[in-house]
Amino acid sequence: MKLTLKIWRQANTEDQGRFISYSVDDVSSDSSFLEMLDLLNEQLVAKGEEPVAFDHDCREGICGMCSLRINGLAHGPERATTVCQLHMRSFQDGDTITIEPWRAAPFPVVKDLVVDRSSFDAIIQSGGFITARTGSAQDANSILVPKCDADTAMDAAACIGCGACVAACKNASAMLFVAAKAAHLNTLPQGQAEKDRRVLKMVSTMDEAGFGNCTNYGECEAVCPKEISLDFIAKLNRDYGKASIKAFLSGSDE
Amino acid sequence: MKLDPNIPEGPLPQKWDNHKFDIKLVNPANRRKYNIIVVGSGLAGGAAAATLGELGYNVSCFCYQDSPRRAHSIAAQGGINAAKNYQNDGDSIYRLFYDTIKGGDFRSREANVYRLAQLSVNIIDQCAAQGVPFAREYGGLLANRSFGGAQVSRTFYARGQTGQQLLLGAYSALSRQIGLGQVKMYNRHEMLDLVLIDGHAKGIITRNLVTGEISKHTADAVILATGGFGNAFFLSTNAQGCNVTAAYRAYKRGAGFANPCFTQIHPTCIPQHGDQQSKLTLMSESLRNDGRVWVPKRKEDCPKDPRDIPEGDRDYYLERKYPSFGNLAPRDISSRSAKEVCDEGRGVGPGTRGVYLDFSDAIKRLGRHVIEERYGNLFDMYESITGENAYERPMRIYPALHYTMGGLWVDYNLMSNIPGLFVLGEANFSDHGANRLGASALMQGLADGYFVISHTVANYLAEVGAGSYDPADTAFAQTEAQVRNQIDHLLSIKGARSPRSFHQELGKILWEHCGMARSKESLKTALELIPALRKEFWEDVRVVGQAKDFNQELERAGRVADFLEFAEMMCHDALDRDESCGAHFRTEHQTEEGEAKRNDKKYAYVAVWEYQGEDQPPKLHKEPLSYEEVDFATRSYK
Ligand SMILES: Cc1cc2nc3c(=O)[nH]c(=O)nc-3n(C[C@H](O)[C@H](O)[C@H](O)COP(=O)(O)OP(=O)(O)OC[C@H]3O[C@@H](n4cnc5c(N)ncnc54)[C@H](O)[C@@H]3O)c2cc1C
Ligand code: FES
Repeated sequence: MKLTLKIWRQANTEDQGRFISYSVDDVSSDSSFLEMLDLLNEQLVAKGEEPVAFDHDCREGICGMCSLRINGLAHGPERATTVCQLHMRSFQDGDTITIEPWRAAPFPVVKDLVVDRSSFDAIIQSGGFITARTGSAQDANSILVPKCDADTAMDAAACIGCGACVAACKNASAMLFVAAKAAHLNTLPQGQAEKDRRVLKMVSTMDEAGFGNCTNYGECEAVCPKEISLDFIAKLNRDYGKASIKAFLSGSDE
Repeated sequence: MKLDPNIPEGPLPQKWDNHKFDIKLVNPANRRKYNIIVVGSGLAGGAAAATLGELGYNVSCFCYQDSPRRAHSIAAQGGINAAKNYQNDGDSIYRLFYDTIKGGDFRSREANVYRLAQLSVNIIDQCAAQGVPFAREYGGLLANRSFGGAQVSRTFYARGQTGQQLLLGAYSALSRQIGLGQVKMYNRHEMLDLVLIDGHAKGIITRNLVTGEISKHTADAVILATGGFGNAFFLSTNAQGCNVTAAYRAYKRGAGFANPCFTQIHPTCIPQHGDQQSKLTLMSESLRNDGRVWVPKRKEDCPKDPRDIPEGDRDYYLERKYPSFGNLAPRDISSRSAKEVCDEGRGVGPGTRGVYLDFSDAIKRLGRHVIEERYGNLFDMYESITGENAYERPMRIYPALHYTMGGLWVDYNLMSNIPGLFVLGEANFSDHGANRLGASALMQGLADGYFVISHTVANYLAEVGAGSYDPADTAFAQTEAQVRNQIDHLLSIKGARSPRSFHQELGKILWEHCGMARSKESLKTALELIPALRKEFWEDVRVVGQAKDFNQELERAGRVADFLEFAEMMCHDALDRDESCGAHFRTEHQTEEGEAKRNDKKYAYVAVWEYQGEDQPPKLHKEPLSYEEVDFATRSYK
């Protein structure tokens, strides 16, 4: 295949950035999208030019590192697929493909297609955990978890933290990410003790980081490579509502 | 080099308890006086950093990804073993211990393995308490499955994403400590050297991968949990960034490297599509429970549509050669058999390095919906990668490099021969001998990180005392300067070939000559090819971009430079070990049926290599392995 690529190049966070066009030849349709970029980069290196920086690691759709907007869509055209699992047979010979980084104020561009997602880590640090000191756990089978709850928790926990949901949202809302983590832990019996505190902390950290509000566009669910459901956002809203009322009644500012 | 395994006295089941009582403690009020560096945020590093932070030490944790949650442990699919015996099927700590020793083909240290089996039980408790959503039965109890040919159901799992869920558990515990200020996290930082003061590990030198800044970090103890070195082979199931750099640079500072030739190859991966391939994807081994492996009997049939090849013209070679285990024959045996039939010219698919894994009988017997339920996500993944529908035509699979049993040498305390340098998880050599059982790497990483290191590091810290080093010691500046020099050197060569092209070539050499089957001859060839390639690298590599910038070419160049040296040590080790054992198969040593033939009289030792300087062959030391509890046995999978 022969392709024209319009790629966002930006030297660093301060740089303005711009699209540059490249052409690549001899792309195998069996290659993955990132292998196609490897090929482009090898061609650039051969000419002594700087290759395009992009994030990736596992290349099997689980680490959440890869993060490209392809022709305007986070992770590209295939449903439930990360960029690293997208293959060139989804494109046609002669296509022009536009490649950009995630675009969202809380994810500043580091270089070219690489963004800084540390705001996601900050949200987890504020409350996305169950406090269980090492060594303090009782026998695992002493906590019974109904299968349907374990399954729901797992559906939510499948989130890979890639940030596509934020990138796809007009408001740059992180609600699907936060809702998935909160639902994972709040659904389990082990997560009950810290449930209220967890949602209040995570939501306030999310707001501080500059993520926008959720106005139910649903784009996040549509691009999520793990098909995390919008239902979890409804659950988060319920849990948050209850926690806020309880906090208000008890006069606590948590 | 002094190699004292420091195995505690007493009967096997009591060693760990006795040891915990005998070793020193650091009292809670004093812990904040100690700084500990943890390099790596995978299961081993993440669990260690979280646990040490909880105990009150000042911890600095490093990873090269943009978040600790992305460490390569995230990719593990199948599950984690534990001797819970929840299924009442005769499992026990002793059985898990014995299976691990036997699986490792009697090349691992008995006392470490026994402790691992003991701690496996606590891991599941810990992870369940953290909210890891393990699979459950309808009654709410934990579900188990049998994995990799084990005769008991002792594997715990979270769908096909066990590694992800365990890592997110460790990551959440770590995040809590970061939020509390007990752990300082350095994302996108790569460790490039280890700093020694008076022979003790007292810090590291890192490169900030965003700004290119080189800096020193000082500590009372350094813990490496930097994962395996499978990417020496270029193509493997590992993540792109997995490297040997941290471990190798510690080796160059005097740490012994143990059994580098023990590398595991996984039989069920998706075959290579061509030269643009950047990694190989593992398909869970569970597929072999229902799929039948075959190739055409005749070469001429290979290009045909497999569905047009009649039963009588197919060779179900595993069922033929190993009637009792059949398609479930162990990893190394299945891998080697696949290579053999492909070497005979009977491989299938593009590049003809592939064999069929056929589900048509299972679909006939059980119905497509059952197969969909069991393996739906794997079939989808296969289709997204190959564009083929495996319900309709047989899958194609081929072995790929997957895991490395070898690693830095450690004693029972997980301390290397450099005092103050501890090594955990896949980066050490300690528990899996010459071959690892499925679902045991996650177990080891978490045992090391949650339950071993907190005790053993305290023993060292209490011995040396707080303020055990001078942060202004010239060793820091000296090591830092050496790191800068290497980077400047790489950038100054301005040759013609990309770092990636060298990596690819090295991978081919290793796969060909030090892969699934090795011989004296092939290893000697590799030992000629590798130094020549390394020489070319240092004369002709082209690293574009700047030192003080986000520069992925420079990152790769540094890693490839280390792989190029490391690969040679690996071949020396494979050459020295003139026997076959576990995953190490020397073609000179096989039974008539083509099985690995061990030589316990001569090779029941851990091979530990010591760095001797540039372009010098490494020096071999031996830690003899003695078995108090079990007798050497030969496995049979007939
Ligand atoms: C596809 C796949 C499937 C698997 N499935 C299973 C399974 O089902 N069951 C099982 O038990 N095992 C499985 N394994 C093996 C298992 O996943 C690994 O052995 C284990 O997770 C390794 O954990 P670790 O903590 O030692 O290292 P890793 O998780 O690899 O973590 C290494 C850490 O070190 C950091 N690092 C590395 N180098 C540097 C450096 N120079 N500077 C700074 N930081 C550095 C990385 O950023 C990372 O944080 C699988 C492996 C693969 C590849
Ligand atoms: S590279 Fe890991 S999810 Fe894409």
